[in-house]
Amino acid sequence: MGNVLVWVLWIVAALACVGSGIAVISFTNPFYSALALIGNLAALAALFLLASAEFVAAAQILVYAGAVMVMFLFVIAYLGGRADAPWAGGPQWLQLGSFVSGAAIMIAVIVALVTNVNGGLSSSADISRSFGSPAEIGRLFLTDHLLAFEITSIVLLVAAVGGVVLALKTQAEDETT
Amino acid sequence: MMGPGTNWYVAVAAILFGIGTTGVILRRSPLIVLLSLEIMLNASNLALVGFSRHFGSVDGQIFAICVMAVAAAEVVVGLGLIVAFTRRNMPLDVDAATELRG
Repeated sequence: MGNVLVWVLWIVAALACVGSGIAVISFTNPFYSALALIGNLAALAALFLLASAEFVAAAQILVYAGAVMVMFLFVIAYLGGRADAPWAGGPQWLQLGSFVSGAAIMIAVIVALVTNVNGGLSSSADISRSFGSPAEIGRLFLTDHLLAFEITSIVLLVAAVGGVVLALKTQAEDETT
Repeated sequence: MMGPGTNWYVAVAAILFGIGTTGVILRRSPLIVLLSLEIMLNASNLALVGFSRHFGSVDGQIFAICVMAVAAAEVVVGLGLIVAFTRRNMPLDVDAATELRG
C-alpha cells in the first residue's frame, strides 16, 4: 500500500517536473517562465525527498525558490517590457536542429537505461535511517569535504562582488548620458 | 527498494537536461537562457541524488549542494551582465551581444 503511494507521488512529481520544464522554455513572457521554474524546483524537491535526500530538498526550496528565483523576478520586474522575449527564432534549420539535438540527448540516455547495460542499476544499496539527514550532511561537510565547503564559500563571495561590479554604473556611461 | 528505481530517476534527469539544452539553443533572450541553464543544473542534481541513493553514499548529495551553490553564483553574474546590458541600452538578445566575444 505504501509502495503504491510512493509510486503515485513520484509519477505526479516527475510529470509536474517535465511539464513545468517545457513551460519554462515555451513562454514568451520571462515572468511566467520564472514562475514555471519555481514549480519545476518544487516538484524536484519532492523527487529529492522520495530519494531520501531531505537536506538537499530543504536547501533546494530555501536557496532556489527562496533566494535565486526572487532575484530573478526582481530583475525581470526591473527590466519591465524590455524583458519580453518573442520567439525571434533565427533560421528554420537552427530551430529544427536544436529540437533534434535536445531529443537526441534524451533518447540516447533513455535507450541506455531501458536496455540497462550490465544490469548495474537493478539493485540499490540498503541505507540507514539517518541517510541524507542534516546531521549526516553537516558531519561530512565539516570532516571529509571541508575543502569543498570552504571553496564553495569563496566562490559565492567572489560571485557576489562580481555581480555588484558588473551592475555598477561605469565612468563611460556617465559621460554618454 | 520501495518506489521507483534508479533508472527512473536518471530517465527524468535526462528528459530535463534535454529540455534545458533545447531552451539554451532555441531561445534568444538571455533571461530564458539562464532559466534553461538552471533546468540543466537541476537535472544533474537529480541524477546525483538518484545515484547517491543507489550506492548508499551521501557524497553525491554533498556534490549536489555544491552544484547548487555554483548555480547561485552563475545566476548572480548572469543577472549582473543582463542589468549591465540594459544600462548601455543594448538589446536583450544573445546574438546581438557580439562585444562579449573573445
